[in-house]
Amino acid sequence: MTQSGQVRMKRDYLLCSGCRRCEIACSLFHDKRIWPEASRVRVFMFIPGVEIPHLCFQCDNPKCVEACPEGALSVDGQTGAIIVDNGLCTACGSCIDACPGHVPHLHPDGSRIVICDLCGGDPECVKVCTDGKWDALTLLQHDEVHPKEQQPETPQELTHRTGMLILGERTLKEVWDE
Amino acid sequence: MRGYAGKYLDIDLSSREIKERSFPDRLLRDYVGGRGLATRILWNRLGKRWEEVDPLGPENILLMLTGPLTGYFPGTKICVSGKSPQCNGVVGSTIAGEFGADLKCAGCDGLIISGRAEKPCYIMVLDDQVEIKDASPIWGRQARETFRYLNKRSIDEIKAKRPTYGEVKDPSILYIGPAGENATRVAVVLAKYSHAAGYGGYGGVMGSKNLKAVVAKGFGPLPEVDDPESMAAMHKSMSAKAYEREQWRRWGTGGGGYYFGAGSSSEPIRNWQEEWHDNEAYSGDEFDKFWVKKYWGDFGCPVTCLKLAVLRSGKYDGTICDNPDYELQAFEGTNLGIFDPETNIHFAQLINEAGLCGIQGGAVLGLAGELYQRGILTSDDLQGIDLRWGNVEAFERLLRLVVKREAIGDVLAQGVYRAAREIGRRKGVDLTNYVVQEKGMAIGGHGIRSGKDYISNPIGFACSTQGGDHGSAARFPPVGDFGELSAILHDSAVYCAFAKSVDNDEIFQFYTAITGWEQTSEEWYNKKALRILQLQRAMLLLGGPDVNWKPKIDDDNPPRFWEPLPSGPYAGKTLNRVSFERTRARYYRAVGWDKNGVPTPETLTSLGLHSVDSKLKEAGFRK
Repeated sequence: MTQSGQVRMKRDYLLCSGCRRCEIACSLFHDKRIWPEASRVRVFMFIPGVEIPHLCFQCDNPKCVEACPEGALSVDGQTGAIIVDNGLCTACGSCIDACPGHVPHLHPDGSRIVICDLCGGDPECVKVCTDGKWDALTLLQHDEVHPKEQQPETPQELTHRTGMLILGERTLKEVWDE
Repeated sequence: MRGYAGKYLDIDLSSREIKERSFPDRLLRDYVGGRGLATRILWNRLGKRWEEVDPLGPENILLMLTGPLTGYFPGTKICVSGKSPQCNGVVGSTIAGEFGADLKCAGCDGLIISGRAEKPCYIMVLDDQVEIKDASPIWGRQARETFRYLNKRSIDEIKAKRPTYGEVKDPSILYIGPAGENATRVAVVLAKYSHAAGYGGYGGVMGSKNLKAVVAKGFGPLPEVDDPESMAAMHKSMSAKAYEREQWRRWGTGGGGYYFGAGSSSEPIRNWQEEWHDNEAYSGDEFDKFWVKKYWGDFGCPVTCLKLAVLRSGKYDGTICDNPDYELQAFEGTNLGIFDPETNIHFAQLINEAGLCGIQGGAVLGLAGELYQRGILTSDDLQGIDLRWGNVEAFERLLRLVVKREAIGDVLAQGVYRAAREIGRRKGVDLTNYVVQEKGMAIGGHGIRSGKDYISNPIGFACSTQGGDHGSAARFPPVGDFGELSAILHDSAVYCAFAKSVDNDEIFQFYTAITGWEQTSEEWYNKKALRILQLQRAMLLLGGPDVNWKPKIDDDNPPRFWEPLPSGPYAGKTLNRVSFERTRARYYRAVGWDKNGVPTPETLTSLGLHSVDSKLKEAGFRK
């Protein structure tokens, strides 16, 4: 069940500048360092110009939560974000396999999973993206985001979809080993 | 040591030996990183026999160095250097992208690459694992294919090494195209599709070492900084200032193809025979029609001045290109008599795909164009090519000869200066008047006769230690936010000067927040930058083995810049010889050179460069 006041991230991949300032902001907030691989949002660039900021889609019935054998994952009642209990997480990777978008990844120190926690409701990545007027990541109230847009997709699926729009089918095939 | 990973990789491709190196704090404080550190390493290792070192031989050293600001400063670059096959001195050539940040996250500040691999190879740096790998499957491939292969292959390999990590993000790649493989002097080091370390000709240096690419991936954080709070606060405040530069964000330099012609009369047109045009079909708005990304940038960039151009229909359907920036609009456009955006985007992509330098490659094609116009080169000399201005197919055919170094292409592949010398020798004519170059390097697209370009300084190119490099123009007085001592700051601390929206004093503060080392502006201009400048100047004057520059005599503008501008609102304007010479003399004095432009013994010894002084004496630069 969702509550009013929950927020969701809207993504517009065509607007992503590839500046990766979201990765910088996220890791500065969570790890107090600039650490792109520790960032909960990661920008994938299989094709230069087709940059995909990839982060938790906040599914209605998150498979990752279901799949966790340790009960380390839960949905935050306030924000709707997935919360990882670092004390319980064993970094087994069950949530990665369960997520249809392959979103979660290990913290590079190998100790635990990292998943976007929406910074408690006011995500840093959205702030830098809107401050810079790129607006590839924006924040909406829960019901403002069309459920279809919230379908989890892998970086490869998103690259395909976005690449088709930017380059067209023939060129996309030429530049990328899907 | 803060802001540095503290480790450099010393890779000998001949013996396949890989060593880890570190440098003492004192050296890093003085030479910083990037261009400065490269200059010092080159002097230490090759200085004694500099004149004999062939830039395209295994004895040359190729450097890819970050600096202390790389990754932290909003706007990331890495500096490629070595003995330049263009000017035979040292050029700090920076290239944008994630590579510098990735390398530091892998715990490495830079690569020092020597020798020559037996077979085509590429280097992969994955955290602390470094491998020299086989590049034979991609040797000969153009940019897109090379990128596709290395990107996919590297991701698969990283996945295999980290099977439980989750999805693996792409690594960063620096690579060359066929123009580099064939060791032309007009080849670049590429990133993504058409980001390039242009000036210097280090694509050819990579090729001469049988090195196709370097791949870097780091899973760690950027190195610790001294004052994390100040670093984060300044990252934010510097970005906020960059956001305010709206014109810059909107157009980058992509409006330059019109502006530098119509506005400032400083654009190369048909090999610099003119510098003015007012063709509105070549305006930023016309290019904008092909931009699928209007704001495009690299790691940490607040400006995103790049634009991505894609052609989805017409003759050139399938073209993908960083929108030609001003230099490529000029050298792959107006300089060849091309004045329409679609053709220019197409031609820029051809240049990029081959790994040719937009400026040096376009300039040498333009030179050939003028020699054809004047009947000095005939279609017989050009394999039957009818090299009329604007004849895109003809220039395309000639480009392919240059890349393969076939027939006349082999001569042109040596760049404008050497090509003009050789063609002149064959034809028995002096072609100096048709070559717009400075110390072996074609001059960037910024004419100085109208006085309206941002480089309106008559000594800008003549006195630069990086020849025709418009990003490193000299200026009198040398101290301040513009001029070569300032360029040395950008290229040595290694960040993007285009993303810099603050003055140098703020850069020094940021440097202190990162490294914990104080840096006064006075010490920078009077000691550190000046010391790096002397080293670059000395190696430029020593030159060799195929060309040498005479101090003072060669510190001059190309003959064409002394002729009056032939057209446009500034027609008739030219440079004043007396004022040029006066400014040059003042500049020499201000940077501690004698009346012939040779660093004085006092200058060198006061900067601790005794070995440079001895070498200049030995080489006959002291009367």
